[in-house]
Amino acid sequence: MSDIASRVKAIIVDKLGVDENEVVAEASFTNDLGADSLDTVELIMEFEKEFDIQIPDDQAENIATVGQAIQYIESAK
Amino acid sequence: MKLRRVVVTGMGALTPIGNNLEEYWEALKNGVSGAAPITHFDASKFKTQFACEVKNFNVFDFIDRKESRRLDKFSQFAVIASDEAIKDSAMDLESIDKSRVGVIWGAGIGGLETFQEEVINYSKGDGTPKFNPFFIPKMIADIAPAHISMRNGFMGPNFTTVSACASSANALIDALNYIRLGVCDVVVSGGSEAAVTIAGMGGFNAMHALSTRNDSPETASRPFDGERDGFVLGEGAGALVLEEYEHAKARGAKIYCEVSGGGMSSDAYHLTAPHPEGLGVMAVMRNCLKDAGVNPEEVDHINTHGTSTPLGDVAELKAISTVFGEHAKEISINSTKSMTGHLLGAAGAIEAIASILPLTEGIIPPTINHTTKDEKIDPELNLVLNNSEKRDIKISMSNTFGFGGHNACVLFRKYEE
Repeated sequence: MSDIASRVKAIIVDKLGVDENEVVAEASFTNDLGADSLDTVELIMEFEKEFDIQIPDDQAENIATVGQAIQYIESAK
Repeated sequence: MKLRRVVVTGMGALTPIGNNLEEYWEALKNGVSGAAPITHFDASKFKTQFACEVKNFNVFDFIDRKESRRLDKFSQFAVIASDEAIKDSAMDLESIDKSRVGVIWGAGIGGLETFQEEVINYSKGDGTPKFNPFFIPKMIADIAPAHISMRNGFMGPNFTTVSACASSANALIDALNYIRLGVCDVVVSGGSEAAVTIAGMGGFNAMHALSTRNDSPETASRPFDGERDGFVLGEGAGALVLEEYEHAKARGAKIYCEVSGGGMSSDAYHLTAPHPEGLGVMAVMRNCLKDAGVNPEEVDHINTHGTSTPLGDVAELKAISTVFGEHAKEISINSTKSMTGHLLGAAGAIEAIASILPLTEGIIPPTINHTTKDEKIDPELNLVLNNSEKRDIKISMSNTFGFGGHNACVLFRKYEE
């Protein structure tokens, strides 16, 4: 697992209070990990802070799964 | 229209002197002080370095980690105390008509710590707003009863009353009124506050409202004492299940007492100072007696607002002497803030509990920390100084007054069929 992937997963585990095993690439924040609309906004903010990047709202809308988040951050870095 | 009878069928408490109802009552009876040096933040530069914090408290014992992150401490306290009260009421949440259950809660401020943290965080940045999406729904004062209803599915009236230190007494009065008018059958009521924060301590210190007795925190809250120098800030929650009498009887509920009436008034005088002649305070007690249909001579016990401030305590006792006349000397008058400190928006709720248990237990908690007479206080009044009093009583009243001149008073009657 890449460094980015493990940091993304750690944030998700912390913020959503889910088990690490559940945080797989295809897991959807809302459908699989129990996030609501506010949680997803908070996750995006945490990614921005952790990786020192800006994720515009129209891009953030396309980040719905763990894998999409990792992919976006890897390409943005 | 005939008003319905309202009784109390459940209670819960999370206070600086006890983390549940039983512990709270034990500490009240035994005159335990909840004041100690502040642990929530570094208060070394503050004029007042102590407060009545909730102790040995781990939120995860009550609420899971994810849920707890969404709740400011004032909402955490609310959920925990109301859980206890609902459990104590033995209400069957499966069979009860939840559309007839309301939650009316008191909070003087709301999520002060959340507000403080978010603003500090913003001010440390470059001006780009990075506010957490939970900031507003954690901070707003109405959110505590929203959490209580979401947790239990209660779909009746749901809101927060805000009248500073009278907030949760106002909540109880609203609960009483909605039940007796037939709007709902059960209301989970009470109040919570968590203002022992940098902003809370700093703000109250700036008003010269707090005691600065840093060398002896546990004796700092000394209502009616000649050497009192301000109130001690407290935190926590109290919860009460108010229920329509027939509804309670039909399900065989344990009944603590009857809630017979409530009074409200305003000083219309000053932001923070009490009215020098106590006009609003006299009015609130008279309004309460009238609402309850009780004569002044019938009142056995008054749990005062009694915050330990130089002006407020004297004004309240003078108002009691005026309203009750000679009978004032027969009333057991105490201030449990001597032990709990001042819980602001939760004061009315935890003091309602401290006014109700004497009706069932025959013990009136003391006003602790009395050492020195105040010449301005009538020595013939029974202020239950230092030791609790054994006395069988039928009627107790609880006074609360808030900054802004908001006054609220609730009257409780021993339960008799």
